[in-house]
This record gives sequence, C-alpha cells and structure tokens, in this order.
Amino acid sequence: MADQPFPIAGSLDVTPPRVREQMTVGEWLHAWVVTVDHKRLGILYIVYAIFFLLVAGAEALAVRIQLARPDNHFLTADVYDRMFTMHGTTMVFLVGMPILFGFGNYLVPIMIGARDMAFPRLNAFSFWLTAFGGLLLYYSFIGGYGLYGMGNAPDVMWLAYAPLTEKAFSPGHTMDYWALSLILSGFGTLGTAINIIATALSMRCRGMTLFRMPLFVWLMLVTSALTLITITPLTAAQIMLVIDRYLGGHFFDTQAGGSAMIWLHFFWIFGHPEVYVLVLPAFGMANEIIPVFSRKAIFGYPAMAAASIGIAFVSTGVWAHHMFTVGMTSVGNTFFVLSTMVVGIPTGIKIFNWLATLWGGKIQFRPPMLFCLAFLFQFLIAGLTGIMLSVAPWNWQLHNSYFVIAHFHYVLVGAIVFCIFAGIYYWYPKAIGRMLDETLAKWHFWLFLIGFHVTFDTMHFAGFLGMPRSIYTYEADRGWGTLNMIVSIGGFIQAIAVLIFAYNLIHSYFRGRIAGNDPWDAWTLEWSTPSPPPVYNFATDPVVHSRRPLWDLKHPEDPDWKYE
Amino acid sequence: MKGRRRFNAFVAQRIFLCDSVQHQRGRPRALFITPHKSETHNLQQHHRYFDAKQMSSIMRKHDSPSTRPFLWAAFLLVKPALSRAWAQTKHTPPSIFAPASTPAHEIFGLSMFVLAITGGIFVVVGGLLTFAIIRYRSRKDDDASEPPQIYGSVQVELAWTVVPVLIVVVLFLTTARIIFAVQDAPEPKDALDVTVVGHQFWWEFRYPKLGIVTANELHVPVKQATFLHLLSADVMHSFWVPELAGKTDLIPNHPNDMWIAPQRTGLFLGQCAQFCGPEHAKMLLRVYVDTPEQFQAWVKDQQQPAVDDAAVAAGRHLFETQACTNCHAVNGTAAIGTFGPDLTHLATRDTIAAGAVKNTPQDLHEWIKDPAHFKEGVLMPAMQLSDPQIDQLVAYLDTLK
Amino acid sequence: MSAIPTFPTAEPWSLPSRGRVAMLSLIIGESAIFTIFVVAYIYYIGKSISGPTPQQVLDIPFFNTVCLLSSSVTIWLSERQIERGNIKAFAALWALTMALGIEFIVGTALEWHKLIYVDGLTIHTNLFGTTFYSLVGLHATHVVVGLLMLTVVMIFTLTGHINIRHTERVQVLALYWHFVDAVWVVVFTVVYIVGR
Ligand code: HEA
Ligand code: HEA
Ligand code: HEC
Ligand code: CUA
Ligand SMILES: [Cu+2]
Repeated sequence: MADQPFPIAGSLDVTPPRVREQMTVGEWLHAWVVTVDHKRLGILYIVYAIFFLLVAGAEALAVRIQLARPDNHFLTADVYDRMFTMHGTTMVFLVGMPILFGFGNYLVPIMIGARDMAFPRLNAFSFWLTAFGGLLLYYSFIGGYGLYGMGNAPDVMWLAYAPLTEKAFSPGHTMDYWALSLILSGFGTLGTAINIIATALSMRCRGMTLFRMPLFVWLMLVTSALTLITITPLTAAQIMLVIDRYLGGHFFDTQAGGSAMIWLHFFWIFGHPEVYVLVLPAFGMANEIIPVFSRKAIFGYPAMAAASIGIAFVSTGVWAHHMFTVGMTSVGNTFFVLSTMVVGIPTGIKIFNWLATLWGGKIQFRPPMLFCLAFLFQFLIAGLTGIMLSVAPWNWQLHNSYFVIAHFHYVLVGAIVFCIFAGIYYWYPKAIGRMLDETLAKWHFWLFLIGFHVTFDTMHFAGFLGMPRSIYTYEADRGWGTLNMIVSIGGFIQAIAVLIFAYNLIHSYFRGRIAGNDPWDAWTLEWSTPSPPPVYNFATDPVVHSRRPLWDLKHPEDPDWKYE
Repeated sequence: MKGRRRFNAFVAQRIFLCDSVQHQRGRPRALFITPHKSETHNLQQHHRYFDAKQMSSIMRKHDSPSTRPFLWAAFLLVKPALSRAWAQTKHTPPSIFAPASTPAHEIFGLSMFVLAITGGIFVVVGGLLTFAIIRYRSRKDDDASEPPQIYGSVQVELAWTVVPVLIVVVLFLTTARIIFAVQDAPEPKDALDVTVVGHQFWWEFRYPKLGIVTANELHVPVKQATFLHLLSADVMHSFWVPELAGKTDLIPNHPNDMWIAPQRTGLFLGQCAQFCGPEHAKMLLRVYVDTPEQFQAWVKDQQQPAVDDAAVAAGRHLFETQACTNCHAVNGTAAIGTFGPDLTHLATRDTIAAGAVKNTPQDLHEWIKDPAHFKEGVLMPAMQLSDPQIDQLVAYLDTLK
Repeated sequence: MSAIPTFPTAEPWSLPSRGRVAMLSLIIGESAIFTIFVVAYIYYIGKSISGPTPQQVLDIPFFNTVCLLSSSVTIWLSERQIERGNIKAFAALWALTMALGIEFIVGTALEWHKLIYVDGLTIHTNLFGTTFYSLVGLHATHVVVGLLMLTVVMIFTLTGHINIRHTERVQVLALYWHFVDAVWVVVFTVVYIVGR
C-alpha cells in the first residue's frame, strides 16, 4: 500500500524525467551551491551539521582520552582547553542549531502544504552565512602557534566568561575568531528564524489553520520566535567584546571599572533560552514520531502547543540559575529558583501527553520509535537533574562540577541527539527515497544507548565527588580515576555507534530499499508527495480539513475533522 | 563615585593589598553565621563516614514509603565510590555527601530531600512509561486495525498540571528557607576573618586582624565560624571545598562573601571551580581545620618575620638580587612583590604551586628551575639559574619556617 | 464506503503578508540587540573612573531629534501617496525623508567630531565613551542602512520602476524606518536625559 498514490490534491507526480544522472560533477555541485530550494538547503544544513558532529565528537574523544587516567599527558593544558571549548561551541552552534533549522527548512513548508519558504533567497543566504561562520571558526586552528598547538582556536569555554576574554588575558586572536564567527552564524540563524516565522504564518495551504498545523511546525514557530530574542543578545554581547578587543572599549574590562557580571547576565540571557531553542524542535520531532508509531493521534494537541509557548515564555526569565554562585542577593537567588522550577510544569505536561499518547496504542518498535522511547526516559532524568541544579543551595555544591556536565549531556545528547537520530531515521526515506538499513539502525541504537549511559550516568557521580569541569587533569589521590575511565570507555562505545550510523547513511543512499511515498503509514502532508519530493513539492496546492489530512483520506469512515 | 571606589580597591588589591583595603571592599550585606547551639550539637553527632547508620538517620528525617527504596538505591550507588575514597587516610578526598561544616551540612540535608522527591517522580513517571511501552506494544498476532483514537481530556490534563504545581511549591519553599539561612546569616563577633584573593592559578589568604599573609593552604580553627571575603586579582575563580561549603565565585570588581564553620579537624581538599586559564586544573586548595591550640600555634608562627639564618646568606642574597623580589614578598626583607605567593613562611607549607607540587627540596629545586615542568601555564618564568645557584636558593627557602 | 465527506471548501482563506511578518520579526530581534546595549549603557552610568562625564561634554541634539522624528511623518505621508498611485508626490516626500535622515547623520558626525577633537572623548577614554559611541553608533548604523535602502527605492522611483503595486514593499520598508525612529526616542531619553 505504500506506493499507492493518495487522491489528495498535489500528490500527482509530474516530476520531469530525472536529469541528475546526466549531470557532470561540476554541474551537480553548481546546482547544490546555487540552490534556493528549501529541501536542498535543509539537506545541506543537515549534512553540514553531521559533519561537525563527527568533528566535535572527535574533539570529545580527545577530551576523554586525556581524562581517562589521572595525571595523563595525552594533551597539553592549552590543547585540552581548545578541545573542550571547540567541542562545546561546535556542538551548540554548528551542530545543534543548523541541524534543527535544517529539519525546519525541509519540513515546515512541506508540512503546511507550501511550495517553498517565504523567502527562498534569504534562506540560501542564511545557510551560507552560517556555513561561513563555521568555517571561519575552524580556520582558527590554522596559524597562531601552528597546528600542533592548535593554532588560535578559542580556549576559554563556550561561555567565554569575561574578563578572561579580554585582550589582557587572551592575547592573540582566539576570542576574535570565536566572537566574529558566531556573530556571522548568528545573523544566519536570525535570517532562518525570520524565514520560518514568515513561512509558518503566511504560507499555509488552504484549510491549514494555525490549530491544524502539525506540532513540529508549531514547535519550529515557537523556537524561531524564541530565537529572535535569544540569539540577538549574544550578538550584542559579542559586538561589545569585539569593541573591547579591537577598539579598546571597556565593557568587560574590569581594570577600567568594567564589569564581569554584566557579561554573565548577557550571556545567560542568551544561553538559557538557547537550550530550549535546541530542545523544542527535538520535541517537535518526537511529537510527529511518537503518534505515528503508537498508531494514535497525539494526546492533547492544544495543551502541547500551549505548553511549548509556556516553556518559551518562562525560559526567558530563568537565566540566572547559571549564576547562583556569583553572589547575587538571597532574594535574587530565590526568584530564579522559583522561575526555574516553574519550567518543570509545562515540560511535565509534555511528558505526560506523550505518555498518554502511548497509552492504549499499538507501539511499533521501529528505529525512529526506539530513539524516541529512549528520549522519553532520558529527558525525564535530565529534567529532574535540572530541578536538582535549580535548588540554589545544592547548586552551590554542584555548579561547575561534572554533575552539570552530566545534566546537560543528558539533555543535549539523551534528548536532542536521540531525537535527531529518530528524525533522520524517520524522514531519510522521504528526502532520499530509500529506507535506512534497519539492522544497522538497531546496532546503532543499542550501542549508542549503552555508550550514552555508561558515559553520562557515571559523570553524575564524579560530580558528587567534587570533580570540577574544564580541568585538563586531576591528581590520583582525588579518587576520580575509575569513574573517568568508565566515562571514557562509554565515549568510545558512542563513537562506534556514530560511525555505524554514518556508514548507514552512505550505504543506504546507494543500496537502501526503495521507500515509496509513505513508508510509515503516516498522517502529515509530506507523506503525500513522492519520495524525494519534486522541487515544487505539490503539483497543485493541497487543501486540508484536519490535523491529520492523510488519516482522513485513509479512514474516510472516521475522519479527524469530525472531532475538531 | 561607586565605580571610582571599586577601582581604587582594585588597584590596591592588585598592587599593595594593605589591610585597610578590606574595609573599602567589605560588602555591607551580612552573610555570616555561627552555627546555633542546637546545630552544633547536631553536627557533633555527625559521623566521619557516610555509613549506613547515617543513611538511616537521613531516612528517618525524610521518611515516606515511596521514597525509601530510592534513597537506599542512591546510597548504595554512591557508597562504593565514597568508601574507596576514604580508604586513603592522609586526608579526606572531596565529596559533597560527607559534610564537615555547617553550610555543607545544611545543603546535604536539603539535597537528600530533593533527591527523594525527584527520585519519587522518576519512579512514578518512569514506571508508567515502562508499563505503557510493555503493555501497549504491538503484538505479532495483531490484526492490522488502528487502535481507538483519543484526542485528549481536559480533566486529565488539569490533574497532571496541578500535581507538579504542588510539588514545585514544596520544593521552592524548602529551598528558599535554606537560601536565607545560609546567605543571610549574621556575622558573629568571635568570627575569624580571612580575605581570599584569587590569582591566576594560586590563592592568597590574608588574615587582616591577625596580620598574616599566606598562600594556597588555609588554616582555620575547628568549631568556629570563619568568614571568607572573596576578591580576585585578575579573572573569575571559584572557592570550592565540598565538605565545608558550597562554592562561591571570586570576581574582579565584585567582592563576595562566604562562611564555613567546620565541625571536625582534618585536611580538606578542594579546588578552583571556575575556569580561569590554562592552569585552572592545578589551582588546588587545601584547608587545614586545626584544633584551637594548633591554630594558635600556627598563628604565632606565621606572625613572626622571616627567619634570618646566616648559614644561607648566599641564597638570600641571590633571592634578593634576582627578579624573585619583583613578584614575591618575604616579610622583613626587601622582597615585597605581590604578583606571586608570599614566601615568608614557605617552609611551613606542605605543598607549593597551589597544591600541585610537594614541598620537598628536590621539587622546590625543580620548580625554580622550570615551573612549567609542573604547571605548563604557570605565570612564574623559569629564571635561567644554574643548579648550584638554585641549590643555594632552595637552602634559603627551606629556612623560611 | 460512505460518500466523499462534505466540508465547507469555500471558507475564505487569507494569511498575513509575509513581508510584514518578516519585518516585524526582524524588528523584534533588533529590539533585543538594542535592549542589551541600552542596559549596558544604563548600568555603566556614572561608573567611569575618569572624565569626561556626560554632563561636561554632551549637548542635547534637539535639531537632530526633530529632524529624525519628522522623517517618520514624511515617510508615512509618502506611503499614503503611493497607495493612491501618486508617484510624483511619493517621490518628493521620499526625498524629503531622505534629506531629514541625512541631516541626522551629518548632525551626529558633527557631534562626534566635537567630542573627539575638542573634548578628547573616544571609545577608549572611559566607560562613558565606550557605551556612548557603541549605543549611538549602533543606532546611527541603522539609520545609515535605512538610508541606503531608501536610496535604492529612490533610484527605482526616479528610473520609473516604482508604481502602485509596490505599495506593500514600500510600507514594509517604512516599518523599518519607523522602528529606527522609535529606537532614537529610547536612545535619546537614556543618553541625553537620564544619563546626563
Ligand atoms: C536542551 C538543553 C537543556 C534543557 C532542556 C535543560 C532543562 C533544564 N535545565 Fe539545564 N542546562 C543545559 C541544557 C538544558 N537544560 C546546559 C547546556 C547547561 C550548562 C551550560 C553550561 O554551563 O555550559 C544547563 C545547566 C543548568 C543549570 C545550571 C547548572 C550550573 O551550572 O550550576 C540549571 C540550574 O538550575 C539547569 C536547570 C534546568 C532545568 C530546571 C531544566 C528544566 O527545563 C527541566 C524540566 C523537566 C522536568 C522537570 C522533567 C519532566 C517533568 C515532570 C515529570 C513533571 C513533574 C516534575 C516536577 C514538578 C519537578 N540547567
Ligand atoms: C549537542 C551538544 C553536545 C553533544 C552531542 C556532546 C557530546 C559529547 N560530549 Fe560534550 N559538551 C557540550 C555539548 C555536547 N557534547 C557542551 C556545550 C560542553 C561544554 C563545553 C564547555 O565547557 O565550554 C561539553 C563538554 C563536554 C565535556 C567536559 C569537558 C570539560 O569541562 O573539561 C566532556 C567530557 O567528557 C564532554 C564529552 C562528550 C562526549 C563523550 C560526547 C559524545 O556523546 C560524543 C559522541 C560522538 C562521537 C564520539 C563522534 C564519533 C565520530 C568519530 C570518532 C569520527 C571522527 C571522524 C572524523 C572527524 C572524520 N563534553
Ligand atoms: C613574574 C613573576 C615571578 C618571578 C620573577 C618569580 N616568581 Fe615565583 N611565583 C610566581 C607565581 C605567579 C607563583 C604562583 C604559581 C602558581 O602556583 O601558579 C610563584 C610561585 C613560587 C613558589 C611556590 C610558592 C607557593 O607557596 O606555592 C616559589 C617557591 C617561588 N615562586 C619561588 C621563586 C623564586 C625563588 C624566584 C626567583 C628565582 C621566583 N619565584 C621568581 C611568580 C614569580
Ligand atoms: Cu582559578 Cu579556576
Ligand atoms: Cu539554563
């Protein structure tokens, strides 16, 4: 039944005969570089991000080798600092952001029945700006003290606390690369965010009211709106840093009366909402995948949309929970404890709605679903460790320890990366036209799951035993040796899993089973198009009448629109 | 105006750090506490080891049928690591679950409470998830029909919004209580004041009322509150000794305060907990909690000017004619540098280089020859001295008791 | 086997203009940037550890302010003209807007010239210099960018490429110009009134 075309307007395949085969490599490359097609740009974003996932993952492995044993000399202090700084910066800005916006690019127009983004050329421009930002950041490895000393790569943590970033303490160009490349990619992100908002609000097909948009689109809309007021404070603060460094300004120059505190505030006004910018699209993917593989409609659609808005809203007022140890007043601390804990409420609503979606379904353990189920557990734990961190007095102990590292990898890897993998397994057939190999997928899943838990569960205990983050080595008498060895082993298990995944992507591109239009028997509009969809997505503009247009078609006896 | 004052303070702190500076920099906010009588009493019951007995007392405090199994599970998980750490006898390796001082102890109590609640949430929600996944998996013999479609339910949604709200209220109130108890505790009169200045990769400790300046190894008396006034000479650092208290950052232009009230003697390890440059990892901290007598003796000793031993005059001459004096001070000599640690009583310390190196003549020799051998990113240069010269220097430094 | 479901297909379907949505989004983002700079400015008022102070060197730029604010009015009038297809009047008002904007930039340039060469205040001098030039400079940059875009429209108008169909786009651009003016009100209040 997979290949049976649905009688929905727009599913008609009028693709011209495929011309790719006759292209020379040059032409093919040219076509990708000049493309303004949202699907191609989406794929470019994702490929770019997966590349950097490997790079930043390799950096994490270097970190793990160094820390595996006490007093290790695998990396020098300098190089270690560059490694973990670049790891964090890359993972957040060159992996997390682009991959999620890549999915947004690919899916938002096609899910709302549009033919492209609102501003295709702005879209291409944003991508290349982001890409250039990433390349600029990595260009820092060349020069400076040469490749062996890792050049001029930034070395002061991804949070770049002032005044360590000032010329007085960071001579050379490390911070210039950091600030300038992130300003650039920040503008790229801003452009994409604007584009997605305009697309979701102004390009929906007939009948696609706001409350019929797939939840993924909702989440992208909320994320993009949050991005508008999130990435810009960082840009502003980085402009100040550049002014300090190049023009001799004093914003963060504590020797001229400047303040280190103000950087902390500015950074976290960006930094905290940023983590929700990363996690909301991941939620969006889970929102699409969990219902399909439970064979049930999502439970509480309006509550899900409202909770997302709630999370975004509250998340703008919690930033100082990263600053409980900087000496705020007790009233200030108390306020941020409350606001932070409040985030748990809308997030809880989401967890419970997913639970209710599973409840009474017929759960199929296909690869995308496996990753989503693991995500549910891991996000639950990660959220609860977040709550522990938000307890200010306990935070005075846990702050900047490996417990924090464990908390945020639980979210960033356990939730976001897991959802991204789920999303890739789910939509790869649509974008490429072939299924990803399921056996390899299961190997990938189980190895990654084991590696993940070996690594990041263990880190919590290192934190309890007082191991601070960002240290390039530690003494044997601290009693952290065994724990760190376990963590490092877990890191390598993850690496094997990621390599299997990368191999699967390439292998299935050539050898995968042909997917057909709708391999998962799903319900949103993208599955009504051929795989891969033609440039214009829909031959004629589709019309929808409910949240699950394809359900209506497949179940004319019991269509969704009757219940809305 | 305020900015000007802060700047003065900054300059003072950086260049001559006289004791009067403290008065400029002290923050009006009262942050200090001595443990109340009852607390002290409580603490004395506290065991050196985080053992099953202690665990049961925690359990009694936060007893509830739903949380009990989880607490035990957590305990069993943490215990092996902790006991292994304790097997070494010289000092107590760090752990946030072995509090030896008032704020750390209060935090510990709070943390167990929070752990119990979050653990309970995990068990309930995780259990439901597991149940749903197993119970509602699709089966082999299944017909291809779709399950009944359920779109939502307002009552259910309301229920699972209200319960978390209540949990949040409880967590928030307990947390707030401890925040105020620790942060806004008033300073008692008999408190010991110590000014801590963070430098890139070492700690400076000043006892303004006692006229002592030392580095890297903090001595405090047991069962008495000590108030730490935290300053920074360069970038952000963070003072963290898990057994004694939570951490507080040392921030340039932003004086902070914290306090400890240790309840048992011993050596407690900690380290800088805010990335501050290449040698952040080796900016270690040692806190010696002494008996009152030991502490008095230590104070007496530290208040003396440097020993002047004619036998090592050559070394002393070398020290005073090399660049050493630009950065180091030795009380009673011409050396008044403040960029590096005060060396007046260097020989009384167990370690040098912020706890990274043992204070033995050999290591001292190696250190002066090439500090970067121990700490790559150190800000003390190798002075290009010959071995005999360094021997003379070490002989001199070794007399600085 | 029920019949094809019947649903109302003829319901009216209208969506907001994507240009407007995008410009409003951009404005929200830009506001966040300005907010950060304004907060930094306010935070550092009076914290400079050496002179000169705002009281000593800043004169209130009344004329500049009047010019910039009235340019908002002129651009609004020109929007109404293009709406009616009155291209000549549109062009005239548009040119007037540009002239007012240029006056503002020139005025700022003169102010800075005085500050730098007469009062010796540079971005490096003290915190006041740093925050002042950054905030006012950030705003001036936006005015310059706005002027460039206005110029492009002006060129198209003069070469006869603008007509009533471009109303929407012109209005979107005008939205940006209004935003830049509104920001000036904030900057003006903070820098020249609160900060002095
Ligand atoms: C996607 C990323 C992501 C997400 C979603 C979160 C989610 C949360 N985070 Fe996390 N966090 C990070 C990424 C993320 N975090 C990163 C990267 C850092 C470190 C940055 C750095 O320093 O480098 C960090 C650091 C960090 C800190 C600072 C630690 C420190 O440095 O001292 C704190 C403190 O409060 C915190 C708290 C929280 C809380 C309360 C949530 C909440 O949103 C969690 C809410 C979820 C739940 C609570 C679970 C589900 C809810 C229920 C089942 C309902 C019932 C529950 C209750 C009523 C409690 N996080
Ligand atoms: C999305 C975000 C993300 C992700 C996915 C990860 C993934 C991982 N992270 Fe990271 N991490 C951060 C975000 C992330 N991290 C951030 C923000 C910080 C803070 C930085 C700071 O403090 O400044 C941090 C810090 C951080 C630290 C602390 C460093 C320190 O403070 O000293 C550690 C230590 O173990 C670590 C480990 C890991 C590991 C083992 C993984 C693993 O999951 C990685 C698994 C993937 C691989 C192993 C890739 C395998 C691929 C290959 C082996 C192929 C290589 C081939 C080619 C390049 C062609 N991370
Ligand atoms: C440029 C400044 C500078 C000069 C010159 C200098 N030192 Fe140092 N010294 C430091 C700094 C900074 C430290 C702290 C290093 C650390 O722990 O990171 C230090 C640490 C030390 C220590 C360890 C002190 C402790 O308690 O940890 C000794 C001993 C020492 N120096 C001896 C010397 C001698 C002897 C000379 C001259 C031959 C000298 N120093 C010259 C800056 C200097
Ligand atoms: Cu000092 Cu880290
Ligand atoms: Cu946060």
